[in-house]
Amino acid sequence: MAVDIETVVRVARLARLTVPEGDLETLAGELSNIIGWIEQLDEVDTDGVEPLASVADIKLRWRADEVTDGGIPDKVTSNAPDPQNGMFSVPKVVE
Amino acid sequence: MTLIQGRTGDWEVVIGLEVHAQVTSKSKLFSGASTEFGAEPNTQVSLVDAAMPGMLPVINEKAVEQAVRTGLGLNAQINLKSIFDRKNYFYPDLPQGYQISQYLDPVVGKGEIEIDLEDGSTRTVGITRLHLEQDAGKSIHDQDPRKTLVDLNRSGVALMEIVSEPDIRSAEEAGAYVEKIRSILRYLGTCDGNMQEGSMRADVNVSVRKPGDDFGTRAEIKNVNSIRFIRQAIDYEVRRQIELIEDGGEVDQETRLFDPDRAETRSMRSKEEAHDYRYFPDPDLLPLELEQSWVDAIRETLPELPDQKKHRFVDDYGLSVIDAGTLVAERKIAEFFEAVAEGRDAKVAANWVMGELFGALNRTDTDIATSPVSAAQLGQLIDFISDGTVSNRLAKNVFEIMFETSDDPKKIVEQRGMKQVTDAGAIEAAVDEAIAAGAAQVDQYKGGNVKVLGWFVGQVMKATQGKANPQAVNEMLRKKLDG
Amino acid sequence: MTSASDLRDLTIAEARDELAAGNVSARELTEAHLAAIEVARDLNVFITETPDRALADADASDARRAAGEALGPLDGIPLAIKDLFCTDGVQTTAASHILEGFVPPYESTVTENLRNAGTVMLGKTNLDEFAMGSSNETSYFGKVENPWQREGDNRPLVPGGSSGGSASAVSGRLCLGATGTDTGGSIRQPAAFCGIVGMKPTYGRCSRWGIVAFASSLDQAGPMTRTVRDAAILLGGMAGFDPKDSTSAEMVAPDFEARLEGGVRGLRIGIPAEYAVDGMNPEIAALWDRGKAWLTDAGAELVDISLPHTKYALPAYYIIAPAEASSNLARYDGVRYGHREDGEDLTSLYEETRASGFGQEVRRRILIGTYALSSGYYDAYYLKAQKVRALIARDFHNAFEDCDVILTPTTPGAAFAMGEKSDDPIAMYLNDVLTVPASLAGLPAISVPGGLSSEGLPLGLHLIGKAFDEQTLFRAAQALEYAAGFDSRPHRG
Ligand SMILES: [Mg+2]
Ligand SMILES: [Zn+2]
Repeated sequence: MAVDIETVVRVARLARLTVPEGDLETLAGELSNIIGWIEQLDEVDTDGVEPLASVADIKLRWRADEVTDGGIPDKVTSNAPDPQNGMFSVPKVVE
Repeated sequence: MTLIQGRTGDWEVVIGLEVHAQVTSKSKLFSGASTEFGAEPNTQVSLVDAAMPGMLPVINEKAVEQAVRTGLGLNAQINLKSIFDRKNYFYPDLPQGYQISQYLDPVVGKGEIEIDLEDGSTRTVGITRLHLEQDAGKSIHDQDPRKTLVDLNRSGVALMEIVSEPDIRSAEEAGAYVEKIRSILRYLGTCDGNMQEGSMRADVNVSVRKPGDDFGTRAEIKNVNSIRFIRQAIDYEVRRQIELIEDGGEVDQETRLFDPDRAETRSMRSKEEAHDYRYFPDPDLLPLELEQSWVDAIRETLPELPDQKKHRFVDDYGLSVIDAGTLVAERKIAEFFEAVAEGRDAKVAANWVMGELFGALNRTDTDIATSPVSAAQLGQLIDFISDGTVSNRLAKNVFEIMFETSDDPKKIVEQRGMKQVTDAGAIEAAVDEAIAAGAAQVDQYKGGNVKVLGWFVGQVMKATQGKANPQAVNEMLRKKLDG
Repeated sequence: MTSASDLRDLTIAEARDELAAGNVSARELTEAHLAAIEVARDLNVFITETPDRALADADASDARRAAGEALGPLDGIPLAIKDLFCTDGVQTTAASHILEGFVPPYESTVTENLRNAGTVMLGKTNLDEFAMGSSNETSYFGKVENPWQREGDNRPLVPGGSSGGSASAVSGRLCLGATGTDTGGSIRQPAAFCGIVGMKPTYGRCSRWGIVAFASSLDQAGPMTRTVRDAAILLGGMAGFDPKDSTSAEMVAPDFEARLEGGVRGLRIGIPAEYAVDGMNPEIAALWDRGKAWLTDAGAELVDISLPHTKYALPAYYIIAPAEASSNLARYDGVRYGHREDGEDLTSLYEETRASGFGQEVRRRILIGTYALSSGYYDAYYLKAQKVRALIARDFHNAFEDCDVILTPTTPGAAFAMGEKSDDPIAMYLNDVLTVPASLAGLPAISVPGGLSSEGLPLGLHLIGKAFDEQTLFRAAQALEYAAGFDSRPHRG
């Protein structure tokens, strides 16, 4: 199996997704199938091929350094689940 | 080489620094929100900075220009094509769930700078790279007992991360390195270097090894925000690592935090898990491409930088390396000094700037930019000394008054009658008086005790309230006594 | 031209002319559609209906027209908007629990353009969660039903996905046109399943600003309509350079409708050998042959071309899209907006919020994408896929030396029944096998209804054009549409 249970646990942790213990094995099976199917890419000879990250055949445009935004704290926090004093909040983080 | 003595022998310290410097720009790296310091929470946040669904980054040309300018100032390779990557991790002050940074292809490659050590020697430290990236927001842990609050005003501000080679060998060198980086950034106008406001902070990588051995395992001390703290953090960390190894332990490769109250470093619990940042090119952006001609045009506008200036001060003005280093650390001071030295004895000018002026500025906690004494005024005062208008000793008094009042030395000397007395008649009268009053001293002098001449000078100075030209007094006394 | 169902049968082009002639008002058009939406609620097409907003938009349009200030061809046209476009003051969910209740304080550029063109927004249409799916069965807000049914079989069919709500709405006469987004086929495949026209423009033609991102290097908005002409008109209202999107092409969108009737005489139609895969559904093969014949009858020339890496497009896509998605969806963390599951510490807040906020398919793709980018696997999967992508783009580039547009079928088959493919992710992914290559290459492509299957379900023909040559693509599509003469209607609508 390409993706074992341990890998699912590690990847789920990186992605911040809880996976119930009971689902791990099924999920590992599914992901293995998908990854196994994807591995047909190995048949393609890609030696010397530059990876294509974007099809946009343009140059990166630069904006002028001007203050054109901000000053909208109400909009920024209007959807916040638990705003406090104009800020977002989460359970206390210990550093 | 600076070595640290341990129980089992000498240890070599190996340090590499990652300096995060806030780019001087009006707006953020990928949004039009302001970068001004100290605003109310979330008032300088665009929907892009808050990572609202569907928001997209557009790069600020000034940030690119500043990074290239800095790269040129670090004598570094400018990469005409660089890539923005996403560095993926979860943290409340990182709204996108990734930081847009540069990983494999940074905008600036290898460079080097010279650092100045206290003994007057210099060392070259290699720069590995400089890349552009977004700053995170601010997590506030002390406003609520149960919650961490998040203010995104800093989120998305442009940072330059300047990474050094592991070339640094002591806490002193690390301090000198950061000072030099800050000095260069300020000369270039690409970062204000204000460490209190967080415009500059450093991640310090520290390891120890027996001389000649391979590099040891390093610990990274995150976000140290003053040069003094950098030195303290290194001192503590070096001792900790040496003791640990000598006691048979091993250094963990880990992230640590410096606690300024206790001058200690400690392991960061919140970041203890293994990192896997899953870097990949940001598909919302295209490669950053620069024209060589554009880079060259920026090179044309570079000011003379501290190291060049230092070498010129040594060569042209005959200053010592240490003095030259002190004077060039800040561009404004160097310019002030050069204005004072113009057409005058440069060493005298340097002494006045570093002596009286620095003393007064320090005492009153004043910046060179707002100095009450201008370079032109200090120049005039030096001129008065050399043309005999005031004596060296009196000149110091005149300077004090200049510093208090911002008045020209001419006005002060005239109004307060501090002009040196060079009038031969007045001096002769005082000399005659002193000779008349000191028959015994005259005899001693004639008997061969030339030292007694000082007594006469003292008498004359007393009588003229110190304003008599000492040289004229000496000449007159010799003429009368020898004659 | 007064009855409500007649109003709903108008094309956008016809409605434009009727509005201009004063034969109908925007309010009448809008009311007719709002009434139909109420009746058709069981299709579950809309996540959010916006009748008040629609009537206000319509009245504003009528007032402009009365004052002689009508804005253009789209003024007063009632549209449905895929709920992936952020709409100012109107809930935007991406069909996900994690965005339930999210009300953007901003408007996407595409919908802003449409507002500025005077269109009427009827509501926000259902989709596969975060646009991840090919059947519209993954929406947190329930499955969408296709207005078409198999002959003699009343089991509900899927409308395709991810823009299934929009496709169903257009097909079921619940709007005159709709917006969709296409990442690997999400406009074209549901258009084919629902018997309508669906068009994905060149990557960079429509701004992505304000569209909830799935896979940034692939996502592209496009029109879903009942005719090719309508698609050209609607795209005109959506497209255009946007300085807020760094991947937006800095060019003025042409008048897409202008050269629609130019015909295909002398046009070279590429027929890629690799699309004739073993085991191709004979009905689809026959449809393709009919398409070739229609175009040659109209004066076009068929050219055999080769797109040798076609086979690898789908697996490459299923690395690239999930990889980008895994990062794009990291912002849904319960901190600043949307659903939040209160945890006792930060990590549990994140993990519980995301585990309960995202549906199964989204979680699966996040895991695949995270895996493909993780240390030790990046080169083998992500980098490899991007290299294969480069080869696929090169294939098209070479092929377009010899032809002007490429003709293929849109899907390997017709709409299927709900639940029929939901157990097997790969079987579901194979729905996009014919549409994904053009997505990877960023090329414009369109699906046009080509006829009915033996079960009485619509099938689509697919045309792929050169980058930023939508005009030629529309011209070929128009010829195909005329020749096909598709006039069948769904059972509902
Ligand atoms: Mg770092
Ligand atoms: Zn950094």
